[in-house]
Amino acid sequence: MTPIPRQDGTPVVGLRAAALSYGDREVWSGLDLDVRPGEFLAVLGPNGAGKSSFVRTLLGRQPLSAGTLTVLGRPARQAARHIGYVPQQAALSAQAMLRARDLVRFGIDGHRFGPRLRTGPVRRRVDEILESVGASAYADVPLGMLSGGERQRVRIGQALAADPRLLLCDEPLLSLDLNHQRAVTELIDARRRSRGTAVVFVTHEINPVLGLVDRVLYLARGGHRIGTPDEVLTSESLSLLYGTQVDVVRVRGRVVVAGAPDETAVPPHHPERLQETDGVRP
Amino acid sequence: MTLADGIWHQIFDFTDYGELLALVRNSLVAGVALGLVGGLAGVFVLMRDLPFAVHGISELSFAGASAALLLDTNIVAGSIAGSLLAAGAIGVLGSRARDRNSVIGIIMPFGLGLGVLFLALYKGRAANKFGLLTGQIVAVDTPQMSWLLGTSVLVLVALAVMWRPLAFASTDPDVAEARGVPVRGLSFAFMLVLGLAVALSVQIVGALLVLSLVVTPAAAAARVTASPVLLPVLSVLFAVASIEGGILLALGSSVPISPYVTTISFTVYAVCRVAGRYRNRRWGARQTAVGTA
Repeated sequence: MTPIPRQDGTPVVGLRAAALSYGDREVWSGLDLDVRPGEFLAVLGPNGAGKSSFVRTLLGRQPLSAGTLTVLGRPARQAARHIGYVPQQAALSAQAMLRARDLVRFGIDGHRFGPRLRTGPVRRRVDEILESVGASAYADVPLGMLSGGERQRVRIGQALAADPRLLLCDEPLLSLDLNHQRAVTELIDARRRSRGTAVVFVTHEINPVLGLVDRVLYLARGGHRIGTPDEVLTSESLSLLYGTQVDVVRVRGRVVVAGAPDETAVPPHHPERLQETDGVRP
Repeated sequence: MTLADGIWHQIFDFTDYGELLALVRNSLVAGVALGLVGGLAGVFVLMRDLPFAVHGISELSFAGASAALLLDTNIVAGSIAGSLLAAGAIGVLGSRARDRNSVIGIIMPFGLGLGVLFLALYKGRAANKFGLLTGQIVAVDTPQMSWLLGTSVLVLVALAVMWRPLAFASTDPDVAEARGVPVRGLSFAFMLVLGLAVALSVQIVGALLVLSLVVTPAAAAARVTASPVLLPVLSVLFAVASIEGGILLALGSSVPISPYVTTISFTVYAVCRVAGRYRNRRWGARQTAVGTA
């Protein structure tokens, strides 16, 4: 694989007239978006608006129904090695028996076939990463015995282990308390500032990252808004998007959206996904 | 008293032990190979939550072996053919966890039924029939040995090649798929490897008790370690100890080998479970210390 130069003006993610539909239900369409190196993009929207589908699309696991997608100037699947992925926290099944350091190690060379020949450099790199996310104290503890916040630090370590150009986080703050939310967002922010890693951050709750976000992609009702938080998170903009009166108020630096109808009757966070034990879906 | 003595001598009797030992040399060699195969495959059976699949495959392996017995062909080959058929079917039809168990539940009684039919038609020695279900030791003759060892080598090489991505895909499938690991392909490949491993284990412990070689040792190891190196090493040690111990004890008795193997592997598991509680307490203490800090 040819190396990809760090700074050549190629957008990390490039979407042109992109659309996604399941059967005749259009999830989103007409999406034009360039994510630049070092940019922090938050993806917002109600449940069922296609946030998770957006993530799957960027990972190359969900083909577009129209338009084009490039990641680092190439088809998404070919860029897989340059994407650090923090999945939605699912019920721990087999991961519970891994130690923190094993999960991070998978992020470095877990995709390689054949026996691992030189273990020294990999072990040192794992230690560095665990140190950088503040997880050294529990490096040898199985994930099943860690708290949600500790696990999420390890997850971010895993995603950063392969030195990615794009960090793709799917609801990384879910079920974390405020302290851990802050710790996790700071880790992500530090990374994009020091290494120019682009961040695509899917969340249903903007406030924990409001101060860090460069742009927002708001998905709802088959439509979308792209812009800075100040442009998108306004009563006019969201009312237009939802097609009904939505009020956006700012209370002490926090954004509160009132009156936004929930997209579908889908229960939050897709609990049916949690029951899969081997993660192989149709 | 005399009755109890009689039973005891059926279970443990070490007269002429030296001469008997020479007869089972092949079995002892096969035991090491099966311990390696079962112990290593068991690690992934545990990670992928496949104990029921192991049981299902072993019943079709039994059907294949009894068909071979009836047709007077190679029993190991028949057993492998049955195993691979079952493993392939489970791999294709049951790629999702939820479907998988019902697919196994459907295949398993069918295989067992076929096996019973073939055995009913077979007119040879009754011990041969019984051995397929509950295990045997002296039946390992030289042509079977080469099949056993050859298949073991194949399984071990396949596991060595796919170990890392398979462990990644088994424990963390979402991220593994995102990183380009062929998660579905590996899932199917492992089912075939598991099919071979089960077919081999059937030769020693019999179709009904394969789980004691392919699941129990790995489950015992997982109670005492989370290290990706120590886990397979301990699992293999436990599996080899169970088989070899079982063969050596069964030698001086008139009962089949399987109760010895299953009792040893169960005892190892029980000990590991108790030992594991100490380990968990240590980590639990760490968590409270962090929580209060």
